[in-house]
Amino acid sequence: MKRYSAFAVARQALNHHMGWERAWASPEPKKKYDAIIIGAGGHGLATAYYLGKNHGLKNVAILEKGWLGGGNTGRNTTIIRSNYLQDASAALYEKSRSLYETLSQDLNYNIMFSPRGVIMLAQTQHEVRGYERTAHANALQGVKTEFISPARVKELCPIINLDGPRYPVLGGLWQARGGTARHDAVAWGFARACSDMGMDVIQQCEVTGIRAENGKVAGVTTNRGDIDCDKLGIVVAGHSGHLADMAGFRLPIESVSLQALVSEPIKPCMDVVVMANTVHGYMSQSDKGEMVIGGGTDGYNNYTQRGSFHHIEETVRALVETFPMVSRLKMLRQWGGIVDVTGDRSPILSKTPLDGCFINCGWGTGGFKATPGSGWGFAELMAKGYSPLTAEFGLDRFHEGRFIDESVAAGVAH
Amino acid sequence: MMILTCPCCGVTGEETEFHQGGEAHLTRFGPGSSETEFHDYLFSKENPKGVHLERWRHAYGCGKWFIAARNTVTLEVYGTYAAQTTEPPQDIKDTLSAKVPGWSWREFA
Repeated sequence: MKRYSAFAVARQALNHHMGWERAWASPEPKKKYDAIIIGAGGHGLATAYYLGKNHGLKNVAILEKGWLGGGNTGRNTTIIRSNYLQDASAALYEKSRSLYETLSQDLNYNIMFSPRGVIMLAQTQHEVRGYERTAHANALQGVKTEFISPARVKELCPIINLDGPRYPVLGGLWQARGGTARHDAVAWGFARACSDMGMDVIQQCEVTGIRAENGKVAGVTTNRGDIDCDKLGIVVAGHSGHLADMAGFRLPIESVSLQALVSEPIKPCMDVVVMANTVHGYMSQSDKGEMVIGGGTDGYNNYTQRGSFHHIEETVRALVETFPMVSRLKMLRQWGGIVDVTGDRSPILSKTPLDGCFINCGWGTGGFKATPGSGWGFAELMAKGYSPLTAEFGLDRFHEGRFIDESVAAGVAH
Repeated sequence: MMILTCPCCGVTGEETEFHQGGEAHLTRFGPGSSETEFHDYLFSKENPKGVHLERWRHAYGCGKWFIAARNTVTLEVYGTYAAQTTEPPQDIKDTLSAKVPGWSWREFA
């Protein structure tokens, strides 16, 4: 792989940019791999990347039913933060946020991480207390957040309306090192680095069955033939239940559609991410100038990647009262992603009843921010059978009643 | 927008008039049951890609519970029926068999 750099751009400029090589190869599947990852979204690719980089496991294939990063990786609102309440989640999300800081350099691929800061608005007394508690918890966990006044909120985000018609802004939980990144680039950067390590990223390869011998995983059946493996990682978000079925176990997960929308591009007007969980809307501005808006989840299981129509009205209503200027904007696109939600709103990174088969799922409405950290921990779990990052997130926690109950993750605001 | 018909009051309305209440035909396990039974009752929900049977409440109408047979991919509603039953009635099964040959949902098919 030729490295990307300013010199490379200058060199390519001399020959009309005709010399750029493909960012990743499109190989045919081999007969057998040491490890197979199902799902080439951000989490799957990050897992493969850290399997190679941290654990020297490079005979790895990443199988993708559709195209690379075409699921929730390319559908989220790209917010990165780690202001969680429980210690286990704060550790995992903060690991992830800190990996994002140097990910562009690690991957030699610009993922456009922009630590512009995230404000979560407190608009009721309950929220004020809740976020003060989170700020205290974060201080103990070593995650830098603070509870700020309405005046400071206004200073950070001048377009906000502090005296909304329903809920005034009473303060906010501010994480200055949170922000956004370019979601597609995260998947592309990991895929390029994996391909460079000799791993096979195989797109349009749908897994139709999981083969087991004597209670141990033997391989997968795909639309491009049987492939054997020693270890199998299932990282398929909304379709986890479907894959778990093939592997012969059940998951405490339900899938719903979560939607988002973007406006027409406008001049820069907001350089922080604002989340308003009470009225339920959240917004940031992309580098192209579009306002990126997070919407609601459907109230019932579905796999539509579209979402219910009335949520658009609820989301836009929340935003218009929080940011009155939004009322003049046209919306360009609206879409949905299938999110896999667990009972305690925390992810599952776990061994499974099938020996050699591991599952990483249940990220629900907030997986993008966790991409590198999830890959880091899950790769360690797959390689060594244990990872301190993922230890609390096992499937057995539901049996034991040992939930990682995330109040900040309870809504869909991610 | 999904359209449901409440079998209790007969009103047909769009989804905002109703509230989904989770998987239908649950067998409840409580004190005295095994850990696995209790775990499965609480957490191991059906999450099918296709036919799903689930409880709904006519929240902004008569307020009563009923059960809907629905497709989680196309959002087609195959029918609704009274909640006072332990399995889907024959006419719902017939509709499902006609529209989705080979369907199955938990122990029903």
